[in-house]
This record gives sequence, structure tokens and C-alpha cells, in this order.
Amino acid sequence: MPADAPVLEMRKISKVFPGVRALSGVDFRLFRGEVHAIMGQNGAGKSTLVKVLTGVHKHDAGEILLEGKAIRPDSPFAAQKLGISTVYQEINLCPNLSVAENVLIGRQPMRFGGIHWKELNRKAEEALGRLNVSIDVTQTLSSYSLAIQQMVAIARVLDVSSRILILDEPTSSLDEAEVERLFGLIGRLREQGLAILFITHFLDQTYRISDRITVLQNGLFCGEYRTAELPKLDLIAKMLGKELSEFRYATELAARRKEEAATRRKEEAATARKEAPNLLRARRLGLHGSIAPFDLDLGEGEVLGLAGLLGSGRTEMAKLIFGIDRADQGEVQVRGTQANITSPRAAMMAGMGFCSEDRKNEGVFGELTVRENIILALQVRKGMLKFIPLAKQREIADKLIASLRIKTPSTENEALQLSGGTLQKVMLARWLATNPALLILDEPTRGIDVGAKLEIMELILNLSRQGMGVLFISSEFEEVVRCSDRIAVLKDHSKIGELSGQDLDERKIMRTIAEGG
Amino acid sequence: MPSLRPMTRGKLVWPLAALGCLLLFNFFFTPNFFHMEVKGGHLYGNLIDILKNAAPIMLLAIGLTLVIATHGIDISVGSVVAISAGVVAILLGGDLAGQPRYPMAVAIGAALLVSTAAGVWNGMLVARIGMQPIIATMILFVAGRGIAMVFTNAMVIWLYVKPFAILGQGYLLGLPFSLYVVAALLLLTALVTRRTAIGLFIEAVGINPTAARFSGINAGNVLLAVYTFSGFCAGVSGLIVCSTVMSADGNNAGNLFELDAILAVVLGGTSLNGGKFYLLGSMIGALIIQTLTTTIYAFNVAPEISQVVKALVVYAVSLLQSEKFRARVAAVFASGRVAA
Repeated sequence: MPADAPVLEMRKISKVFPGVRALSGVDFRLFRGEVHAIMGQNGAGKSTLVKVLTGVHKHDAGEILLEGKAIRPDSPFAAQKLGISTVYQEINLCPNLSVAENVLIGRQPMRFGGIHWKELNRKAEEALGRLNVSIDVTQTLSSYSLAIQQMVAIARVLDVSSRILILDEPTSSLDEAEVERLFGLIGRLREQGLAILFITHFLDQTYRISDRITVLQNGLFCGEYRTAELPKLDLIAKMLGKELSEFRYATELAARRKEEAATRRKEEAATARKEAPNLLRARRLGLHGSIAPFDLDLGEGEVLGLAGLLGSGRTEMAKLIFGIDRADQGEVQVRGTQANITSPRAAMMAGMGFCSEDRKNEGVFGELTVRENIILALQVRKGMLKFIPLAKQREIADKLIASLRIKTPSTENEALQLSGGTLQKVMLARWLATNPALLILDEPTRGIDVGAKLEIMELILNLSRQGMGVLFISSEFEEVVRCSDRIAVLKDHSKIGELSGQDLDERKIMRTIAEGG
Repeated sequence: MPSLRPMTRGKLVWPLAALGCLLLFNFFFTPNFFHMEVKGGHLYGNLIDILKNAAPIMLLAIGLTLVIATHGIDISVGSVVAISAGVVAILLGGDLAGQPRYPMAVAIGAALLVSTAAGVWNGMLVARIGMQPIIATMILFVAGRGIAMVFTNAMVIWLYVKPFAILGQGYLLGLPFSLYVVAALLLLTALVTRRTAIGLFIEAVGINPTAARFSGINAGNVLLAVYTFSGFCAGVSGLIVCSTVMSADGNNAGNLFELDAILAVVLGGTSLNGGKFYLLGSMIGALIIQTLTTTIYAFNVAPEISQVVKALVVYAVSLLQSEKFRARVAAVFASGRVAA
């Protein structure tokens, strides 16, 4: 075999799901010693392509050649045996087993007919050590943050001698330093001749680490490019399937709308802010061991961003406000009256909505239909006995599917058939159906593509225009800056400052984090 | 009920197919299996017997369907059947002349009240204390028969109150009375779960309890409600059981019923992992089990191995229902065709 033959070649792959054409005639090549990024919007078929390769789904047409030989893995296990190792987007580990067990699951070292625990722990430490992670491997996985869990997932597949490594959104929950560490590792693996398939929504990361890019759009193959030869804006336009000029227009439009809103709001603020009661007013609200007491104000039509590094307490703050965790000190006022928010239910009744960052475990009901997922919160709010008639349910769902541009064949499809970004919109739709006064969005743009991100940010601005207060959390400071009227900065589980007006800028946030606390 | 149809369509095919296969088997191999006659205005025959004998399990399965939909389980229902039978028997009394000690309505009401209380107990343990359902309901599974013995004074109580026999042995418009009880409870449950949002909330809690809580559902109340209802269903089932044999035996009434009822629910298409539930499916599941039992008797299978035969058929039916298994069989046939 010539040295420049691809280690993996997928030819004219097609896959149809009930009602959705996920892939049609997609080509993909992967060479030894390269990092190859697959880019595309939500529902473009990235995850499906990977799942065909790893034997989760069977393709309807096309062929897969691994080192020139046709393969057809029928399970992830079979793919793993062929040397195709995968870290999936949604973390697929066992949270109640120890870290060591998770790393070596299915390959535990045995002795005397039982598990050799000492050896197990040693091997796990070794595997994690290669990632520069040193943690107590005997602790249960769930006691560690999502970032650590992601690294455990990576350590688990890196431990196997593999020819192809697939990383599906490996960095979406990692902070800067951890991303750097991971990229260092990817670089070393590339030098060792491993072929690495990398899926991410972070454009900057794609340009930093990948050698080549394959672009998919709506299940179609758009092209394969050398990263160095593909300007960033071209890539975005290709992913969106739009002409470049059109895309520029969309971004400009968003910026202009935002400016408009800001000026209008400033005017309103000057006249009305003083007398109008704040939508949300938290005073010395806190929970021991979760987040230090903080003050927070949010007015109608205001977007308040929460900025901080991973583990700074952003999610904890949101969960405290929404009553998921119960505060042990401080008080909350909603629209000027004392609110006793002891449960999510109470928060909802007070007019709040909350989209969790953990879509899979805390948001979506996979086996329920899109319609049921959307109307659920509204139904809870109306009460169990005031059943929303089916026709009305469909009408509500259809309206939100149209206005949020949710990609689903119908209201009656099960939610688990939808892609990550689409599910995010379904969750948004669930809360929008209740018409909340205050919407808390925890990482609504995590793990979704540029187009959907733009849509969601536009939506946030539109909602605030209509008077909704929005608490917006994102790991990407750029997004927080673009959307927010004010930004609360968090560090080490406490609020260390607030930025507004001229100070809304990424560097100011970083400086606050670096100097404050 | 238009709202029921989309929930059940498709899912009911496999349980119905299994039941159809069993009946077809009997059609060819059991003489007179489908024979029916009218005696004194009542229908008699194997099919009627199957329906009648399945009634207690069907009643249990209605309650259990909802419990299992929440990703729970209630293994105490068999014991609650015994408690319900014991309470109604002791209150009606063992008078040979057939004079009830207390009015029948009082006795039945008390039995249902005690059974429902047993359900509340289970529900409290699961919903408020947070015990694992199998452990929480194991308490009454074990202790329930003891409680039944306390009521019956550790004796088998025989009943001579004629009107009470209607429940389990009587006929109405040619059909066994117990079938009307099943139909009424089934209809009521279907209406309440599908015409209010409780069905959706039950499924939501079963699929993703955290997301359900974050959506404002009070999961505790939902759990309490389904376990309470399961206790009530077991109470009704106990009345039928007691009336059928006109006696209450704390040791044997409803013995191992919980297993048949759980099996009926699972055969009917409701997953033990919780989520979407299929009340009609559970009813078909109960009929599959009863048809199987009847078939085995009709075939004079040696009692020593009758349970093994039953287990094998149940195993086959379960495989038939597994999507994965069907896909694999289809793949084997497909590859065979290619090879040929």
C-alpha cells in the first residue's frame, strides 16, 4: 500500500431515518498522522456519519474501506476491535462507578477469578497520567466535574491501541487550560501516526488543531479542504449553505438590532428604571458549599450575563435562583414581592423558566414526542386537570417549531431522534410556551453549530425586546459580551464583580477574573 | 377515545400476535377449545373461562402499569390481595345461615380502604423517604401475608353470604360479572390518565425524573398517587379472588400474583425502564398468561414440568417483542438469502 493512501475511506455513504434523510452520498477520507475536522450545522449529519463509522447505525448505501479493506462494523465493540476508538459527544460513562472502573470498563485486570483492584487503579492512574490528569481514581465519577468526566472518557479510549481516534465535541465542556492540554496530547498522538477525526463547533479550535476539513451541509458532502487554504468566513458560509454576502448581512443585522435595542433600552432606563420594580432581586442569597452569598438584580427586558471559568459557580447560581437547590441564606424578591422559591415548581409559578446545560440528563424526555416535550411545562403550569386538548397541543408545538426553526419531521417524532442543537431549541420552546417573565439559559449554545448559535442569540435579543428578563450563561465570553446588557463575573463559587456599559468586553471580564476574588 | 389511539397503535401488534399464535395453536391442537354454549342464559366455554380467570391479574396489571411507567415496581400486590380478601371475609363473617356480620357495602368499603392504605404506605416509602421501589414494596410483600393472618386469625375463613358471590361467580347479560369490574376500572384509568395530564406526568417522571422536576412536576406526588392506586387495584382484585372461592386464605390468596401481573405489563409493551405505558397491552398480556395456563391444563402436561413449559413460552413471547431480536432474525434471513 502506498504511503499516501488513506487509512480510512468512506464512499458515497447514505443513511435514512424515518422521515429524515440524514446522509446522502457523503465521502470522507482520513490519513495517518492528521487531524481531520468534520464541520457542519446541527443536523448536517456529522454525528450520523461518525455513528455509521463506529457501527451504531448501519448505512443504507456506500462502502467503508479501512486500509483498503471493506468493513461493516455492526456495533461500537466491533469498530473498537478494528481499531476505531470513539469519544462521544454526550458523555457515555457510568457516573456511579469509580473513575478507574470507567477507564477500564470491560477490560478490568483479573486475578483469582475476581477483579484485581490494585492493578485496576494503577492502570487507570497511568492512563489518566498520560493526559496530565491526576485525580483520585477510586472516587465515583459523578463526584467530578463534567470536564474531568470528559477527560476520563478520552483516557478510556486512548488506553486502547487504536488506529483511528474519533473525538466528537471533546472540548465543549473544557476550559481554556484543559483544551490546551488536550490539544498538546492530540498533537503528540498525531506525530505518532494516529489518524484523528475531530468534530467541534469551535471554529478557532478547528483552525488551531486540524490539518484538513470536510464540510457537510444538510446531509450532503460540501467538500474537503486543507485548513490552511480555507478562510474562516468561507467555511462559515459553506456550513450555512449561504452565500458569503448573505452571511455578512445576517451578522450585521444582528449587530444593528442589538445596538438599536441598547439605545432604546437606555432611553427607557433613564425614564422608567428608577420606579419600575426589578423583576428579580436577590439579596445575600447563598448556599453553603455551593455558592457564596450574592446580590443580583435583573430588570424587565434586560439580559444579564453570567461569566466565569468552568467551575466558577455559574450553574450553581442559576440552580439556586430557580429553586433546584434551596438557599440556606438570603432572600429573593420577584417583581417587588417576597418570593419563597423552594422548588423548580415554585420558581415556575413565579414566572421563571430554566434551560439546563445538561440537556440529556436534565432537560429532554427522549421517549416523549416533540409535542409532549414542548407542552410539558405549560401543562404543569396549567395544572394536571386542565388537560390541553391534543389539537391545541399540536398548534402550540407547530407554532414554536416554526418560530424557532426546529428541525423535526413532525410534532409526533420522539425527541431522541433529534440532534443536540435541535433539542436545545425544543427545551427553549418548552419554556417559551409558558411565556415566562424571566428565562434562565445555562449554556444554551454549548455543543451547537454557528448557525444555531446565531439564531439562539438573536432569539435572546428578541425576547428581551419583548420585555423578558434573561439570565444568560455561556463559557464563551464573546457570546456573553454580545448578548448582555450587564455581566456578573464569577470566580471560585462567588460573585466578584459586575460589568456594564463601556466595560462590556472580553478582556475586562478576564481582567476581573484575574485580579478579583 | 381519540387520544388513546396514537398511544397504542403499533405497540399492541406484538402482544396481539402472541395471543393470536396461542389461540391458533389451540384451534388446531385442542379439541373443542373454541366451543361455547349457553346454559341458563350464561355463556360457557374455554374462552369465557380464560377471561374470567384472568380478571384478578388484569386488575393488578392496571395499577402496576402505572407504577412500572414511573420506573418503579410493586411486588406487594399479591399480599395486598390476601389482606383485602381477609378484611372482607372477616367483616362479612362465617355465619352458615349466610347472614353478613356487617352490611356488604361496609365490608367491601373497608377492604378497599385497607388496601389503599397499603398503597399509601408503599407510596410514602418510595416518594417521601426515597427507598428503592423493590425494597419498599418488599416490606408488605413479606409482612402483608402476616397482616392478612392477623385479620383472619390464621384460619381459612369460609363465606356463606350468597350476594357476595356475584362479584367472582355471577353473570350479567351472559358474561361473567368480574369482566365488568375489569372493564370499568380500565375505562376509568384510561380516561383519567389520558384525559388529564397525569398520564403524561407519569411518563415524564419515568423517563427522566430530574428533567421532570426541573419542568415543575411534583414527582413525589405522582409516585404517591400511582402506588396508592396500585394498592386500590390490588384491593379490588382481592374482592374478586375472595368471592370466586368464597373463602379467604391468608397464605394462599393471591400467591405469586405479583409475578404474573408484572409479566402481563411487560408482555403488554410497557418497559420496566419506565416511560410510555400501554394499559390495553397489559390486559392482552394478562390474557396471554391465562391462555397459556389453560392450554397447558388442556394438554394434560405433567404438573412437574408445566411451569417449565410456561416459562419457555413466556421466553419466546418476550423475544418476539424485542426489537433487537427481530432485527437480528431478519438479518440472519437476509444474509442467508445472499449466501444462497
